[in-house]
Amino acid sequence: MTPALELSLRLVIVLGAFVVMSLVVGQTEHKVMAHMQGRLGPMYAGGYHGWAQLVADAVKFLQKEDITPSAADRRVFRVAPGIALAPYLVAFAAIPLSSGVVGADVPASALFVLAVGSVGILGVLMAGWSSANKYALLGGMRAAAQLLSYELPMVLAVASVALAAGSVSLTGIVEAWHPLWLLWQLPGAFVFLVAAVAELKRTPFDMPVAEPEIVMGPLTEYTGLRFAFFMLSEYAGIVVMSLLFSVLFLGGWHGPFSDALGPVWTLLKSALISVLIIWLRVAWPRLREDQLQRLAWLVLVPLALAQLALTAVWVVLSSR
Amino acid sequence: MTENQHPQRDPSKLGGLIPGLLKGLATTARTLARPSHTAEYPDVQPHLPPRTRGVIALLEENCTNCMLCARECPDWCIYIDSHKETLPATTEGGRERQRNVLDRFAIDFSLCMYCGICIEVCPFDALHWSPEFEYAEFDILDLLHEKSRLGQWMPTVPSPPALDPKSAEAQEITAANKPPRAAPEARP
Repeated sequence: MTPALELSLRLVIVLGAFVVMSLVVGQTEHKVMAHMQGRLGPMYAGGYHGWAQLVADAVKFLQKEDITPSAADRRVFRVAPGIALAPYLVAFAAIPLSSGVVGADVPASALFVLAVGSVGILGVLMAGWSSANKYALLGGMRAAAQLLSYELPMVLAVASVALAAGSVSLTGIVEAWHPLWLLWQLPGAFVFLVAAVAELKRTPFDMPVAEPEIVMGPLTEYTGLRFAFFMLSEYAGIVVMSLLFSVLFLGGWHGPFSDALGPVWTLLKSALISVLIIWLRVAWPRLREDQLQRLAWLVLVPLALAQLALTAVWVVLSSR
Repeated sequence: MTENQHPQRDPSKLGGLIPGLLKGLATTARTLARPSHTAEYPDVQPHLPPRTRGVIALLEENCTNCMLCARECPDWCIYIDSHKETLPATTEGGRERQRNVLDRFAIDFSLCMYCGICIEVCPFDALHWSPEFEYAEFDILDLLHEKSRLGQWMPTVPSPPALDPKSAEAQEITAANKPPRAAPEARP
């Protein structure tokens, strides 16, 4: 197989898996949220229990007028949705499903995924800034403040796992994983999960798009396909974050028959995490802006630092 | 943002935070496990109580054009036109009889407030409640339904509820079963 052919094949597979998994998570959110609220959710699109609802939504978004406000910073406004979505695609490509199944085998992939994931902030900030709308600007600022303060505990939590494994490669971390990690990396896992939900700007951390306060935050002025891109990036973010969580903290492809079923285990674990993230949205109210910052700096950062110290002590003692 | 506006959370209240969050999760999970409340109406017909006030049906044969319903209707949504017809005598030298013929009976369901007074007031049981409710129209003027349409709803009227076990017979049955009056004795 020529390198060019292999590259394009990998690209197509990664892109397909990315879109399909995002849509599956989106559809799961529709149905799970509906049933948690005693409703049925979409029932018509596609015939069987509305399985094609998001496809139908995409067709609808395609037909809508693509409006750019006259006061908007046109070029920035138009590229922002892409910048919000693309980092998740790049991060998705670097997350291994099992030791051999990975879109792009990057050295220091944990570092790479975190670095790329934080670029997504830019897309939201650009959208908020360029919309020439005070609500969008407020939302963009809230998003930036939130993502900056939650990036730190998240990185610290990942640093703890990387320290424990002695590797910054996601594959290396999973290879070093042991079921005992569930116990002594629990605070780190908690911090990572909370920070991940906050990074995704989902309830209870959906201050940036708080509908009753600031319309739709940075998405206020968006219509049509560009709005759909933002929605897709939300679902894609859930996919990436839950994959990352299952790889970092739940042992990825470890499980019975992991030689044959490795990717299935990874996907299963991340599906559970995705449902958990959806569940939190249904069950919990939104935090106020100051509560959000308080939680990040007074709870998560100290907790993550304590976890890091614990891991460091453990590693030093056990290597002796 | 002063401390007065956002007082420090009372540490004793933190005890209520975690159970509250868990309770939220438990409630949503329980709802997820139960069947949903959604009525899939166009696909599944709703289960209506037997005496639902859906629409007013007309049994034309019972109507005597007495106009009681039209007069009692609070919003005057019943239209009745009639004329008198003279029937020739059936026997030689007999008297000609007159009877009322119903030309038009219409109910404007855009005005009707479904109070049911017309049904209560009808002395000959010409009007009945039917549970049928799917008669929406695109134009409000099309909600004025004539007697032919009102009559079509008659088959959907449920039969009246059964009488209590030891109650007296219905008045109509008592009247029908009464032996005919003996012929008056010839005057001397």
